[in-house]
Amino acid sequence: MNLFVGRNGKKNGQAAPSGPPPIIDMRGLRKVYDTGAIQVEALRGIELVVQPREFVAIVGPSGSGKSTLLNIVGCLDVPSEGSYRLDGEEVAELDLDELADIRNRKVGFVFQSFNLLPQITAYENVEMPLLFKGAGARERRERVEWLFEQVGLADRMRHKPTELSGGQMQRVAIARALACEPALILADEPTGNLDTSSGQDIMSLFEQLAEKGHTLVLITHDAALARRTRRIVRLQDGLIVEDGPVSRAA
Amino acid sequence: MLRLGLVWKLFRRAAHIQRKRMAMTVAAIAWGTLSIVLLLSFGEGLKRNFSRGSRGLGEGIVVVWPGSTGIAYAGFPQGRNLTFMPADVPLLRASIPELGLASAEMIRWGNNVAYGRKTFSKPIKGVEPTYGELRNQIPEPGGRFLNERDEHEKRRVAFLGDNVKRELFGEREAVGETILINQAPFTVIGVMAKKIQMGAYSGMDQDHVLMPLSTFRAITGRTRLSDFVVRARTPAETPELKRQLFEVLGGKYRFDPEDERALRMWDTLETQKVTINIGLGIEIFLGMIGALTLLIGGVGVANIMFAVVKHRTREIGVQMAMGARRSYVLGPLVVESLFLTAVGGGIGVAVGVGVVQLLALVQSKSNSDALQFLGAPTFSPGVALTTILLLGGIGFLAGFFPARRAVSIQPAAALRYE
Repeated sequence: MNLFVGRNGKKNGQAAPSGPPPIIDMRGLRKVYDTGAIQVEALRGIELVVQPREFVAIVGPSGSGKSTLLNIVGCLDVPSEGSYRLDGEEVAELDLDELADIRNRKVGFVFQSFNLLPQITAYENVEMPLLFKGAGARERRERVEWLFEQVGLADRMRHKPTELSGGQMQRVAIARALACEPALILADEPTGNLDTSSGQDIMSLFEQLAEKGHTLVLITHDAALARRTRRIVRLQDGLIVEDGPVSRAA
Repeated sequence: MLRLGLVWKLFRRAAHIQRKRMAMTVAAIAWGTLSIVLLLSFGEGLKRNFSRGSRGLGEGIVVVWPGSTGIAYAGFPQGRNLTFMPADVPLLRASIPELGLASAEMIRWGNNVAYGRKTFSKPIKGVEPTYGELRNQIPEPGGRFLNERDEHEKRRVAFLGDNVKRELFGEREAVGETILINQAPFTVIGVMAKKIQMGAYSGMDQDHVLMPLSTFRAITGRTRLSDFVVRARTPAETPELKRQLFEVLGGKYRFDPEDERALRMWDTLETQKVTINIGLGIEIFLGMIGALTLLIGGVGVANIMFAVVKHRTREIGVQMAMGARRSYVLGPLVVESLFLTAVGGGIGVAVGVGVVQLLALVQSKSNSDALQFLGAPTFSPGVALTTILLLGGIGFLAGFFPARRAVSIQPAAALRYE
């Protein structure tokens, strides 16, 4: 089970005492779904540490527990057992509103199907997390406009999502994920609904974000995509079976 | 911490329910509101009419009849029948300071009352001049009630109930005409103005022919009173007045002042209370029917809100992922429900008030007895408040339960929802 080797070759989970805490710090994490008659153990003891500025791909066949892990990493669900510290905060014991605040401040989600609200403009979609955060009008406007410039869609802010292409919608979603300067960007098959060229663009954007020092976790079943990250964590049957740096030579 | 501005903003961004469905729901609420406004307004009109009608007999009066003793007293046996004499009323006036007004009353049934070739059998009453005020018998313009000189000079004058006047004279003027009562000529001096009377002890006032007590005694030869009508100086003194009546009459006719069977009394103040309560009861009953109708509209709103929650499950999941607290999911849905209810309620109240005013106009112009009894429907502040409270409650509940379901959705599950 001790395959948790970070990209620097040293054991993760032993962060330098003086340095910042790991972004993700999971210890003995289990998740059991109780469907009444039978209990399904989706995660069977996950030990995972992700340090700041890492760019990690979580891969695995369907049914391996990827989605469950994503939900717990993103604080959309809580573990049945074990501990999970997100950016230094223990989340296992939080109530629904506290979890909502954690998601708002620390996690930016990018979904396969974009999940933009269709009846409001791209601008308003990006503004939404800032509204929940309680940001003032001026702060919101400056932040949203800056984000649209970063993702190259400054001229599309006032369009509705339905008036945008798939690639553009995913860029808006990325801008939204970045809105509250989260500790972690969590992307779930972000190129799954895109054509090859748009997918490449989005992947390039992620690489740029990683270069700038964002911590990214990418969940995918696409091996080619995973190889563009710097570390691959492979899940199978609710366990991490492989964890190592991406070999750039390959 | 619930930020109302944000809730409002989220509501503005989210509200886009299917138009048709929304129109149907708003119509259902409007219909429910219309029903409740109409029913409550009719109830209010009826209640007010009841109250007015109960005053038609006379305000705060006590009618006193002689009874028979229930207790042996001062050598007299139990079960002795009492009678009232004309001299009793002056005695009461002299000995009871709480007495405001009093009038003796004598009644005889089945008298021939004739004018020209028309003859009717009517009750006649001999009363004192104070009777008019006591029993709310107000003369129509052009006529007058019986006065002291009529009484003193035993004048052959008559004051007619409006129904008697209509039967004898039709639309013609009656004051100054001569009618025959049991073949004796009487001059009509006044006609009672039409009034709503609920409650009577000797037929309705509209069917009576009144004459001075002295004249009545002279033509009938009677010496005993049928009853007398009294009123205390103030309504609060009525119980003391009733006690004093037992004291004074008990002294004169030798019965125990504690003997409740010696005098029979009708205290209209108490009846009035009952009547008003009946009116209120009817109003509440009608209100409940209206509330149930409105509830059906509320179920419609709840239904549409459940559909909205289902429709927006994924959006709610996305908002939760973005960090929406439960109140930011719940709030806009409740606001949306209240908004739908308010729009429907506004339409219902507007139409309702219009219909009420139209009906009130029709009622005031109509001669129908049924409509007169029903009274003019009235949209009072109480009706308005009840309607608003019911609408608000229904709107809130219809939004709250679907919204509570929305926040119970697991964000992870909501995001997968198709």
